[in-house]
Amino acid sequence: MTMELANATFRGYRRENGRVGVRNHVIILPVDDLSNAASEAVANNIKGAMAIPHPYGRLQFGEDLELHFRTLIGTGANPNVAAVVVIGIEEGWTQRIVDGIAKTGKPVTGYGIELHGDHETVMRASKTAREYVQWASELAREDAPLKELWVSTKCGESDTTSGCGANPTVGNAFDKMYKHDTTLLFGETSEITGGEHLVAERCRDDQVRERFMFMFNRYQDMIDRYKTSDLSESQPTKGNIAGGLTTIEEKALGNIQKIGRECLVDGVLDKAEAPTHPGLWFMDSSSAAAEMVTLCAAAGFVVHFFPTGQGNIIGNPVIPVIKLCANPRTVRTMGEHMDVDVSGLLRKELTPDEAGDALLDMMLRTANGRLTAAEALGHREFVLTRLYESA
Amino acid sequence: MIDFVVHDEGDSVGVVVVEGVTAGQELTGWIMDQDSEIKFTAASDIPIGHKLAITPLKNGDTVIKYGVDIGRVVADIEMGEHAHVHNIKTKRW
Repeated sequence: MTMELANATFRGYRRENGRVGVRNHVIILPVDDLSNAASEAVANNIKGAMAIPHPYGRLQFGEDLELHFRTLIGTGANPNVAAVVVIGIEEGWTQRIVDGIAKTGKPVTGYGIELHGDHETVMRASKTAREYVQWASELAREDAPLKELWVSTKCGESDTTSGCGANPTVGNAFDKMYKHDTTLLFGETSEITGGEHLVAERCRDDQVRERFMFMFNRYQDMIDRYKTSDLSESQPTKGNIAGGLTTIEEKALGNIQKIGRECLVDGVLDKAEAPTHPGLWFMDSSSAAAEMVTLCAAAGFVVHFFPTGQGNIIGNPVIPVIKLCANPRTVRTMGEHMDVDVSGLLRKELTPDEAGDALLDMMLRTANGRLTAAEALGHREFVLTRLYESA
Repeated sequence: MIDFVVHDEGDSVGVVVVEGVTAGQELTGWIMDQDSEIKFTAASDIPIGHKLAITPLKNGDTVIKYGVDIGRVVADIEMGEHAHVHNIKTKRW
């Protein structure tokens, strides 16, 4: 039985800009490392507000600074976020992030710490956060068509079962969703090494293909510039190797099972850039789990498919991360981290179609409000990608 | 009972999908793309998720999985033997 998606709907929060979210977070967003303490104090004062601390934002410059702003603005602008309080050490960069988020029309206010200190900043920001939380608590979910659900994917701590079980399950789900005008995303640029010709073949036209190969080669150049070995134990990771993956090529061929067999690559994005139309998008990105999922959230995706083999336990503060696994040992030993068990695929007890449907069913339940394992366990990994040193 | 899976009939390796495979054990493999079965004897103990050679591989040979090149052999591998980082390396980087 194949799941009927043509008329599928989910219950989400329609935001001021028309996008639909599946969570209703009020976030306290620090601009920089110095503002983490005040942000966490506000979140501690106001129940239902969530701080998203991170270690960066000082003396960055050029493209790296642009990426910092794009990622923080994108996180605040994500439809899973109802309202945002931004706190920075000074008002200039704080206001820049406020202005970026304000383009969505959602409530957002910024506070600079200088000339006020932490005490007064925490007091002022807490008053706003309290108003936002109470306002957001009255927003109601409404029916939305499937095509308004933006879904991203990235795998982690993969092993050989990822390539024959969990990743093809995402591919099956993506093939089914693609037909319904959905917006889908994959990335992990280094993790396509050895399968880049297969992704290039799937690009919609020469323009997309050239852009994809530009991103792929740019990442290869970076690796060539800094590598001191063949990257074994970094890419593939020590955990990948423990799970039986031997080379980057083998890992890459497993990775790209996630884009299924039918959907085409319709566009290419730089890190944390938002898509401009439906289809399957490739985003240039790190293959490190938290960095990549953070970029997906910043690009506006609201649900994430995360296949794992050896048991990567990542979550995200803003978007629900749905874990699926085909390794029976991992499902047995780390069951509390898994949302969908597809280990039956490797025993021929589950067909690829049934596995894909099980994931889609869990996707709709998650969109409707079911907490993922990562959410229930409090996983909120938020990791900003850096391009180079600070000045 | 499936002990290991092979993506494509042209592949040189399969993946053990059960725990506790030991040398000398008779294994049943499932070739996924062609949906056919092969029988094999394990030549080493092989952990779940790890690969075994389903054809003899010589130093310098290319290893095929998913019907695609996944690296080069750096030490001869017998049929049924554990195939991993000790005898296969990337051709990239």
